[in-house]
Amino acid sequence: MRFFSILRGQRKGAKMNRLRAFIKKEFYHIIRDWRTLIILIGMPMAQIILFGFAITNEVNEAKIGILDKAKDEESRNIINKIDASSYLDITEYLSTDEEIEKVFKKGNVKEIIVFPADFGRDLWANNQADIQVVSDATDPNTADLIFNYTRAIILNHLNEMNANIESPFQIEINQQMLYNPALKGVYLFVPGLITVILMLISAMMTSISITKEKELGTMEVLLATPMAPVQVVLAKVIPYLLLAFIDAVLVLLLGYFVFDVPIRGSLVLLLFETLVFIVTALSLGVFISTRTSSQQVALMISLMLLMLPTILLSGFIFPIENMPNPLQIISNIVPARWFVIILKGIMLKGLGIAAIWEETLILIGFIVFFIALSVKNYKIRLT
Amino acid sequence: MPDRGLSIETKNLTKKFGEFTAVDRITFEVEKGEIFGFLGANGAGKSTAMRMLCGLLSPTSGSATVAGMDVYRQSEKIKQRIGYMSQKFSLYEDLTVRENLSFYGGIYGIEPKLLRKRRDAMIEELGLKEVQNELIKGLPLGWKQKLSFSTAVLHAPEIVFLDEPTGGVDPITRRQFWEMINQTAANGTTVFVTTHYMDEAEYCDRISMMVDGKIAAMGATSSLKEQFNSKNMDEVFLHLARPKERSENE
Amino acid sequence: METVVKVKALHKTFGEVKALADINFEVPGGELFGLIGPDGAGKTTLIRILTSLMLAEQGTAEVLGLDAVKDYKQLRKRIGYMPGKFSLYEDLSVEENLELFAAIFGTTIKENYHLIQDIYDQIAPFKKRRAGKLSGGMKQKLALSCAMIHAPEIIFLDEPTTGVDPVSRKEFWQMLDRLKKEGITILVSTPYMDEAGLCDRVALIQNGRMLKIETPEQIEKDYEFPIWSVNTNRKRHIINDIRKFPHCRSAFMFGSEAHYTDLRNLDFPDGLYEHLTELGHEEIDIKTIRPGIEDCFMALMQQKETTHA
Repeated sequence: MRFFSILRGQRKGAKMNRLRAFIKKEFYHIIRDWRTLIILIGMPMAQIILFGFAITNEVNEAKIGILDKAKDEESRNIINKIDASSYLDITEYLSTDEEIEKVFKKGNVKEIIVFPADFGRDLWANNQADIQVVSDATDPNTADLIFNYTRAIILNHLNEMNANIESPFQIEINQQMLYNPALKGVYLFVPGLITVILMLISAMMTSISITKEKELGTMEVLLATPMAPVQVVLAKVIPYLLLAFIDAVLVLLLGYFVFDVPIRGSLVLLLFETLVFIVTALSLGVFISTRTSSQQVALMISLMLLMLPTILLSGFIFPIENMPNPLQIISNIVPARWFVIILKGIMLKGLGIAAIWEETLILIGFIVFFIALSVKNYKIRLT
Repeated sequence: MPDRGLSIETKNLTKKFGEFTAVDRITFEVEKGEIFGFLGANGAGKSTAMRMLCGLLSPTSGSATVAGMDVYRQSEKIKQRIGYMSQKFSLYEDLTVRENLSFYGGIYGIEPKLLRKRRDAMIEELGLKEVQNELIKGLPLGWKQKLSFSTAVLHAPEIVFLDEPTGGVDPITRRQFWEMINQTAANGTTVFVTTHYMDEAEYCDRISMMVDGKIAAMGATSSLKEQFNSKNMDEVFLHLARPKERSENE
Repeated sequence: METVVKVKALHKTFGEVKALADINFEVPGGELFGLIGPDGAGKTTLIRILTSLMLAEQGTAEVLGLDAVKDYKQLRKRIGYMPGKFSLYEDLSVEENLELFAAIFGTTIKENYHLIQDIYDQIAPFKKRRAGKLSGGMKQKLALSCAMIHAPEIIFLDEPTTGVDPVSRKEFWQMLDRLKKEGITILVSTPYMDEAGLCDRVALIQNGRMLKIETPEQIEKDYEFPIWSVNTNRKRHIINDIRKFPHCRSAFMFGSEAHYTDLRNLDFPDGLYEHLTELGHEEIDIKTIRPGIEDCFMALMQQKETTHA
């Protein structure tokens, strides 16, 4: 690769000095443009407050599971009613309590309805029985909606049963929250927010900072020096890697101490995955800068191609399963989608690397892809 | 000779930006139909003075009238009476020659019928008839320059301000451009022009040399050369600008 | 002296515009070589090709014996380049800019201080000032210092004096002269015809073509026609009135006077005096003069136009 071959055959000391001097310069740029710096540091806090407000969602064909311990006529009647509903879609039948956690961790099922062993008998003997609904509350808005649908269907069925009877039946529906018992919206927004911030700082700021040099004409001077392109890019990327990482930690701290957002999984794993995502975003930013020569265009592309999908298609605000099919397919190529899954998994479900290695690999795949494209597009001359 | 009223009159005109005095009590008069050259180093205050006269900047103190209008109270009226050509061409690259002229004429509120007449006459005069429907983008630099000047005088202003209009232009085009300026002045329009080509100072009836916000010398080039015992305007400039450079370095 | 720049049959087009057409020239080591021509003549394109920043469509360019295309890595280590636009970091101080470029070339300010001392001493009082806050002349000096910091064997300067006041321009040329004495080859472009005389040799360039490559003295000597300056009391009318003279070959304004050449091969333009008197001119003064570079450039431009038409 010509990109890296440039490095060979140079004194190592000179090379490092060059890089160090260049990184120093980048830090000067960032610190001296203090207005931008304040925005970059202050924005996470402003956004956490802004996004803290709940946003309502629609639910359609939410996937749910059934744990029917009774297996009698009454439970089966209710299950049929639920199955007939267009809002809920039964995809899993469980046989033991232990399976509940496992099914949730697979990530598709949002709710599990549990019928106790003596459901039908209680109903006929005491005119009263219990149903337990377990919700995956990592996405509290959706969990709440699905629970409300479920309850409506069951109560509807109860009304039909009670229509011809003197002493009416009663069914007690108990909701149990998993992962996010307090149903706090901010729990969901912290991972989403980290994703957006990281994308913004890493991709947008690097692409702007590289195109700025092109616009000012300093890139022309740099090209005429022995400074290898890979060094220029590396020097550009490192300060923003640091800045993005500081911001991520800032949001985590804010979430943890102010909003009681839990970090159930390993902190080391969480920070590692954050770094992986930052590098993904940085490689995207570098790629954008290889294709544009003005800051304005870089900004537009970053906003249109990165920020909007990151906010809208990552499942951060709108659940992916509720999107129309084409959007669901598009969401697969939005890196943020995979990072949101990873973050929610580690922070709210306490998952380990075993459960999220696929998503991690996808992110690494993005990195390789964008770096390869950038290298291919990188110009060692003016156009 | 056209009637010799005054086009521009300033008295102790001053502009301060905070502590910094960009233009320091300048006093001068420009007669109608005169070509008045405004010379000086970068940062000497040329642009600031020019902007005040065009009604774009309000002076800190002193007085000035342009085309009989007061720069403090009647800046909007001044804008109607003057033409302005900036260093960077103000032409729209993605509009045609005709469209550019029509646009600038329209801005100054020239009545449509008259505008069409003047526009077509202008195109004819510039010899741009063949390319009148082509985009500015594709035209050679010299043509753009001339057209840019034409848009500034299309509304027959009393005074036209030209900010370094000939930078980087080839010597033949540069002379053709000055012939246009001469023609405009002969028709009675006052021309106020900044330039950094010292030989171009000779094309002006009178020049003023700005140093450090002040007018260091003013008059016809012949009398200035005599006064400073210099062969050409370059030497005059060096005489005047030397002390300034020294003070900046100390 | 060995040849330091060798350009053969260079062509470059941008879309439909021919930026450079069949450029050939050589520059020996230690020469101060000027590229003189107006905006859009192709000066910047030529310099960019020589500094390996752009590729030509045809032809070869060799600098310091290195091919500008194949050996660009080696080349970039040994040349200095100062582009037309002020291209330093405006938010870094004078000192920080210089340190950065020293580090990029793997050297230090100290190591090559002797080269830039003359220039840098003038801006040293402002070394803590941000580059963006310097005056035009100071910026040029800083840019030149940055381009010289690694002691290049040749420097390329693209319009270093454009838009700079005459005093700074003069000083800048004095600095170039000192660098030349250090044995550094200098290739400089300028739109100012009067700067031609400060170069060892110049190439007059217009519309992507070299009109002439010669020493300034020789260019003036090669001017084919006798040339006169004409001065009268009616400055504004001289040029139009002279052009009405039937034997007029060319007439151009030069400051307050006109430069005139005659179609007839005479020692004096017979009849011009009478012609001007008839048109109302007084105090007519017609003098034989030596042509300047600008006269030559315009004559060459017109020659090209007629041969191409």
